[in-house]
Amino acid sequence: MSNSMDDVAQKAEAFFVIGSNTTEQHPVFGTMLRRAVRFRGAKLIVADPRRIDLCDFATLHLRHKPGADIALLNGLMYILLDKGWEDKDFIAERTEGFDEFKATIMEYPPTLVSEITGVPINQLYEAAEIMAASKPMAVIWAMGITQHITGVRNVMTLANLQMLLGNMGVPGGGVNPLRGQNNVQGACDMGGLPNVFPGYQPVTSLEAIAKFGTAWGLQVEGSKVEIENAEANLQPATFQLSNRVGMTATEIIPGVLEGKTHALYILGEDPVMSDPDTHHVRDCLEKVDFLVLQEIFPSETAAYADVLLPGVSFAEKTGTFTNTERRVQMVRQAVEPPGDAKPDWWITAEIARRILAGTPGLPSLNGPFAGWDYPDTSAIMGEINALTPSYGGITHARLEAGERLQWPCPTSEHGGTPVLHVGKFARGLGKFTPIDHIPPAEEPSDDYPMVMSTGRVLYHWHGGQMTRRAKGLMQVYGEALIEINPEDGARLGLNGQTRVRVTSRRGSIEAQAWVTDRVPPGMVYANFHFPEASANELTQAILDPVAKIPEYKVTAVKVELTN
Amino acid sequence: MPINITLNGKKIEAQPGQTILEVARGHDVRIPTLCYHKDLSPTGNCRMCVVDVKGSRFLQAACVTQVSDGMEIETDSPKAVASRKLTLGLMLANHSPSCVTCDISGECELQDLAYEYQVDAPVWGMKGTRYPVDSDPNPFVRVDFNKCILCRRCVAACAEIQARDVWGVAKRGFEEIIVAGAGATMLEARCESCGQCVAYCPTGALSNKLSYGQGIARARQVTRVATTCAYCGVGCQFDLLVKHGKVISVASNPDAPVNGMALCVKGRYGYDYIHHPDRLKKPRVRRYLLEYKEKRLKGNAWDWIETDWDTALDLTAKKLREARDNFGPDSVGVLTSAKCLNEENYLMNKLARQVIGTNNIDHCARL
Ligand code: SF4
Ligand code: SF4
Ligand code: SF4
Ligand code: FES
Repeated sequence: MSNSMDDVAQKAEAFFVIGSNTTEQHPVFGTMLRRAVRFRGAKLIVADPRRIDLCDFATLHLRHKPGADIALLNGLMYILLDKGWEDKDFIAERTEGFDEFKATIMEYPPTLVSEITGVPINQLYEAAEIMAASKPMAVIWAMGITQHITGVRNVMTLANLQMLLGNMGVPGGGVNPLRGQNNVQGACDMGGLPNVFPGYQPVTSLEAIAKFGTAWGLQVEGSKVEIENAEANLQPATFQLSNRVGMTATEIIPGVLEGKTHALYILGEDPVMSDPDTHHVRDCLEKVDFLVLQEIFPSETAAYADVLLPGVSFAEKTGTFTNTERRVQMVRQAVEPPGDAKPDWWITAEIARRILAGTPGLPSLNGPFAGWDYPDTSAIMGEINALTPSYGGITHARLEAGERLQWPCPTSEHGGTPVLHVGKFARGLGKFTPIDHIPPAEEPSDDYPMVMSTGRVLYHWHGGQMTRRAKGLMQVYGEALIEINPEDGARLGLNGQTRVRVTSRRGSIEAQAWVTDRVPPGMVYANFHFPEASANELTQAILDPVAKIPEYKVTAVKVELTN
Repeated sequence: MPINITLNGKKIEAQPGQTILEVARGHDVRIPTLCYHKDLSPTGNCRMCVVDVKGSRFLQAACVTQVSDGMEIETDSPKAVASRKLTLGLMLANHSPSCVTCDISGECELQDLAYEYQVDAPVWGMKGTRYPVDSDPNPFVRVDFNKCILCRRCVAACAEIQARDVWGVAKRGFEEIIVAGAGATMLEARCESCGQCVAYCPTGALSNKLSYGQGIARARQVTRVATTCAYCGVGCQFDLLVKHGKVISVASNPDAPVNGMALCVKGRYGYDYIHHPDRLKKPRVRRYLLEYKEKRLKGNAWDWIETDWDTALDLTAKKLREARDNFGPDSVGVLTSAKCLNEENYLMNKLARQVIGTNNIDHCARL
């Protein structure tokens, strides 16, 4: 998030929530939004195909068709420009590329947009009026925006909207993606991505390669060391940092069948549940040469593991998580690990040490951070401080002393940064990008006439490994439910009968139907918390070309009664 | 313009619009409260905070009365103290008789005040059990209105913190009672099981079902560890309550930067997986790794064998190293975890890049 949650909740005059079921997915932030609307009179526009709970509090609910986000946003910007409601000073002083962008927007008049999105023209005008009149407005989104083949383009379109309105770099405004898992933000910050080292330093940058190469005691470019392995059948290993962008999770696993991936080291993830097209994922995991999984439960993925290493839960280790607003916070050990389970950082360090020790002929790696002897996570944080500028001043000691730190926090004197982009953008001028609507990859057809969207529910979490083992949560929400509109329910003859089969081109699941007008006619909504009826049996592994995020939010399906 | 008032004989300055309670707290003068909570709108209905204001015939409720210029306030006049005792006596007369078996004995604000003022339930009191104990089927919230003092904090917490309006007040006088919706169950009244009402209830009227009977309020037996929620990216903080080496409950920590006292159902009540019997306790490897050369997914070759750490780690290191050396560093894929610590993610990044030599590292940010 460019702004912090509190800032947005206290200072925004309006919220534009698109593709975020905030009250179920980020519940405590959801209640902050509800309070802002109820007690402060802030305006709330919700854009979502589903009538999510937050709609009860909305000034306006735009119920656009799944996958029509760009058309909707461009249509709103058309009205803003047509009426002269854009922030002309902001555009002149802080942005570039406006004219070209405007030319594209002018191709989205309300009649056309209403046709593509299914949103009535008067609602488009009403939304634009609220946006023009209520500043600052904060834009808030989550997976409903990113899990499309157009995910990256959707996000850029939202940035266009906020620049057009002059809502960037101001308290109560900004672009605010809500990160799903507790530490997605931190995993990205720490280089858990194929294209960047910690702190988003590109793996293709010579400067970054030299920096990490030196720190980790590797040869830097030009002085390749090759080690002839004693075991004759092995190829020489080269000890150099790769400057090629790696594969994403959604490429690594399918890479097994393409002969690219031979071994997998998976920490606390459950691709069988969370990745698209479960059948294909199972096939890949079955065929990989070696899979080591580090987990707290025997997950669905564990069935395919060659080695299963018992890690620990958050209650059994000490370290930090970074939340969606870049706030780094302590996690503290409360109880001992069960049995022989070990903290995950200890396990990873042991594996690293043993791989290095088992590499014959490897010269000793000399660098300030070449080694793997960490007494605790605070020592690891010290290494992070040294190599990650935005975390330079974030130490366990400061956090334990009660300091509240949001990155960037480059030095031990720096107090952290609650609002990003104040005064200027990271890259100087903000760039408008002209973006056109592209329909979803899989549109309804005669054989698969309905659209399925997927997501989570309040009472469960992701693949459900933790929440399915929490008995109270199971009492309230104990099995997969398929949300289906009463009209479709009646058409299928769902009276009394409650189980349905949902089929896509890739698979089929059976589950209880929940007849509700939360979903519009023609759409069903399913979750992936329960292995016996996981929506990902049906989803497709078609990816956004840039972010490689699967299009979970639009799958063509047919729905039938089960016998 | 500040105004001048006299508080317990001392002349002090105050801001117009401040309540007597706010001014007193600002000057470290303690006035007991029960229905008041700083996070919620004051309702002024319990009368614990009464103080003597010179020139006024009745005692004034400090939590709702604003100061005015020249006001002379006595916080612990004999009249105020007597009134508080009477109030407490009436509450206890209407209260469930046994603190000994109450889940929140030790943290109960009614009990604290009764002790402070040395008030017992009056001999004429004890109306007995008027309401069914554990009267709501909500799986997380235990309701026992025999312990309710009608302070309405639950009503305010649900309306003002959760913005959900589950609780309300029905009937009048002796019959007065807190109800969910129009006399429905909590879940029927659209309760989200966030537990905010429980966290704000000063008595044992609302308590936690999952940890009931485990003595979460008995401070001597329980340690509290402040930590960060492991579910979503909001990053709420709370205390884990630990007894005999087990997490027995989660409690709000008012100093939590993001969320204050608020939590959601997963954060507050989704902790029991920590000690679930399914937890992995020993490293496991497939039998084929120990006994055969080739990978076999069938038969007993694919059975799990529990091993010690050295065996499992050496095998893992060997296999990853072989993939790296036989097929090149990019033949190894590393999936790190959005559930794990920053420090752990950093090490996974270092392992992929330094030890293996690949950038094939990712996690489920996209999923
Ligand atoms: S648990 Fe939360 S939603 Fe339910 S009644 Fe209490 S405060 Fe309201
Ligand atoms: S249930 Fe608790 S919070 Fe609600 S009125 Fe009774 S004592 Fe007060
Ligand atoms: S308590 Fe709920 S809202 Fe808060 S971090 Fe945990 S899951 Fe998210
Ligand atoms: S605390 Fe003031 S009336 Fe209850």
